[in-house]
Amino acid sequence: MIKMDNIRKVYNTGKIEVEALRGLDLHIKKGEFITVIGPSGSGKSTLMNIMGCLDKPTTGEYRLNGKSIKQLNDNELSELRNHEIGFVFQNFNLLPYASAYENVEMPLLFAGVGGKMRKRKVEYILNKVGLSDRMDHRPNELSGGQKQRVAIARALVNDPNIILADEPTGNLDSHSGKEIMELFVNLWKEGNTIVMITHDPRAKDYTDNLVNITDGCIV
Amino acid sequence: MAKKINEFMKNLLLVRLFVRELRKERRKIILTIAGIAWGTLTIILLLSFGQGLATQMLRGQKGLGNNIVILYGGQTSMEYRGLPQGRPVFLYQEDCDLLKKSIPEIDRIAGEYDAWGITYKYGDKVVNDRARGVSSIGYEDMRSHFPQPGGRFINEIDIKLRRRVIFIGWDLKKNLMGNIDAIGKTIFLNDIPFTVIGVMQKKMQMGMYGGPDGNVGVMPASTYKGIFSRNRLNRIIYQVNDVDKSEFVNQQVQRVLGRKKQFHKDDNNALHYWDVIKNSKQTAIAFTGITIFLGVIGAMTLIIASVGVANIMFVTVRKRTKEIGIKRAIGAKKSLIKTQFIIEALLIDLLGGFIGGATAYGIIKAVQSIPQESADFGKNMAMQILANPEFSWTVAISTGTILGLVGLMSGFFPARKAAAIDPIKALHYE
Ligand SMILES: Nc1ncnc2c1ncn2[C@@H]1O[C@H](COP(=O)(O)OP(=O)(O)OP(=O)(O)O)[C@@H](O)[C@H]1O
Ligand SMILES: [Mg+2]
Repeated sequence: MIKMDNIRKVYNTGKIEVEALRGLDLHIKKGEFITVIGPSGSGKSTLMNIMGCLDKPTTGEYRLNGKSIKQLNDNELSELRNHEIGFVFQNFNLLPYASAYENVEMPLLFAGVGGKMRKRKVEYILNKVGLSDRMDHRPNELSGGQKQRVAIARALVNDPNIILADEPTGNLDSHSGKEIMELFVNLWKEGNTIVMITHDPRAKDYTDNLVNITDGCIV
Repeated sequence: MAKKINEFMKNLLLVRLFVRELRKERRKIILTIAGIAWGTLTIILLLSFGQGLATQMLRGQKGLGNNIVILYGGQTSMEYRGLPQGRPVFLYQEDCDLLKKSIPEIDRIAGEYDAWGITYKYGDKVVNDRARGVSSIGYEDMRSHFPQPGGRFINEIDIKLRRRVIFIGWDLKKNLMGNIDAIGKTIFLNDIPFTVIGVMQKKMQMGMYGGPDGNVGVMPASTYKGIFSRNRLNRIIYQVNDVDKSEFVNQQVQRVLGRKKQFHKDDNNALHYWDVIKNSKQTAIAFTGITIFLGVIGAMTLIIASVGVANIMFVTVRKRTKEIGIKRAIGAKKSLIKTQFIIEALLIDLLGGFIGGATAYGIIKAVQSIPQESADFGKNMAMQILANPEFSWTVAISTGTILGLVGLMSGFFPARKAAAIDPIKALHYE
């Protein structure tokens, strides 16, 4: 599903060049649960952004479902992010003025899904993450764990091929962190492909598919 | 089609969201909307009053005459075929006939006699005013001497039979007879009985000779000649069939009468032409200029207001950087982000435009409803000219177009900036 070969990413900040990824290879098959660990600044988020088509590698080949990302234009990348990828962020990144329902509805709007279908999907997915009684709440009326559930629902609603989560429990207390972790494990068991960055030492307990990144390389 | 509707619904739902987001900026947005409303109000009022002004000026000139030239006899100022300069040139009824016959471009022509200080008498009431004899029924149209309902202007038979009939101005009628129905009544002019056949409709007249038309009594020239035993006309009035030909026709008149009365065709003092057509044209051009000028001022006001809209849009783009990043990350295309901001700017713009337009419309209707009594012509003329704004489709459409363009412009640049935001950076923006 994901084939990354010799990926390099260089940030050019005017005076200095930062090489965030230095020739990294990573293959992910459908149904895998990959946990990415590594020290701060090692390039985990950079890798995730490239994997999520938010950014392009400086050199190297990235294929998502057999498609090479290199030639795609901005519109095609947007469509990929919309259809193929579900993002979950550390700081939730929900739209503050929209209700839980509307936040989850958003990717369907961008995909041009019809009204009735949208309603069915949003309600189903919010129910699945256990928030059917919080649909009309705005993010500031929800706890951290609930916010992250909304974000996960938003990531899932368009039936993506892969879910990318960048430290999804980083901003949560240990109790809700554990719940979110369990939610991910369940999603994986249902057949979802998941890549998760985490600093959580218990990561090993959930999966043995561990990728350790240090200094832009997999070790 | 279904796809279009879906697109529209999508935008509608997103618009609902911005409206929510915009509430945070309520005060700024209200100020911006007020700015646009003010600009719209200004532009509509300026254009409407400008257009009303032009119409009234032209109507006022029509009050004097409809595509006419007024011709006066003068004095030769050049020697001609051995004849000295300084000879007076007189006009006669036969000159009218000659001109009509020789110059096909002349549609109507009439000779005019004037008498001042005529004593009009009706019952015990006595009024001193002017009387006029006119030689053709075409005078009615040429000099806008239209009768009020129930009456008529002088006709061919009146002229042929030298009937003692009179068509009187509205002021003369009011002063002499008050509010009674004048038609068929007998009045006395210097003790000679005349039958009133018509009273002139009130009109706006902006240019006159002798005095305003509201104060004159008009009779057939044949009748006039019999009573006052005069032969020389005070003037000749003719109407040209094509407004662009007045200059040419005047040259023809100069040539035809010059041959008959022996003066040089370049002698500018032998005859005097008051070319009302040329004046109207100049007025029309001047007022088109004024309207354009007023429109430009209004448009400037709107453009300044639109800078306000653009400014607030730039602020919201910055404030919503993170949100733009989120939307981009979950699959919003650049075009969608752009559309959002443009729609938003248009919304502010159109709301302001609507408020301004409605206010302007209200003001115009209110001014229009002020009753205008044109009897005291001199006193009210300024009011009549100024207080007649016209809210026309031209005004509405040009204002709408400017508003739309201004809205697009004020949305375009912020929208472009919003679409260019890098989603990764935006996601980290706080
Ligand atoms: N936009 C950028 N411009 C310049 N340098 C960047 C940019 N983004 C990341 N970097 C640099 O690239 C390197 C990798 O950053 P990255 O965010 O991928 O690390 P990380 O592994 O996610 O760290 P953390 O665990 O703290 O989130 C860092 O040295 C960082 O400073
Ligand atoms: Mg990171």
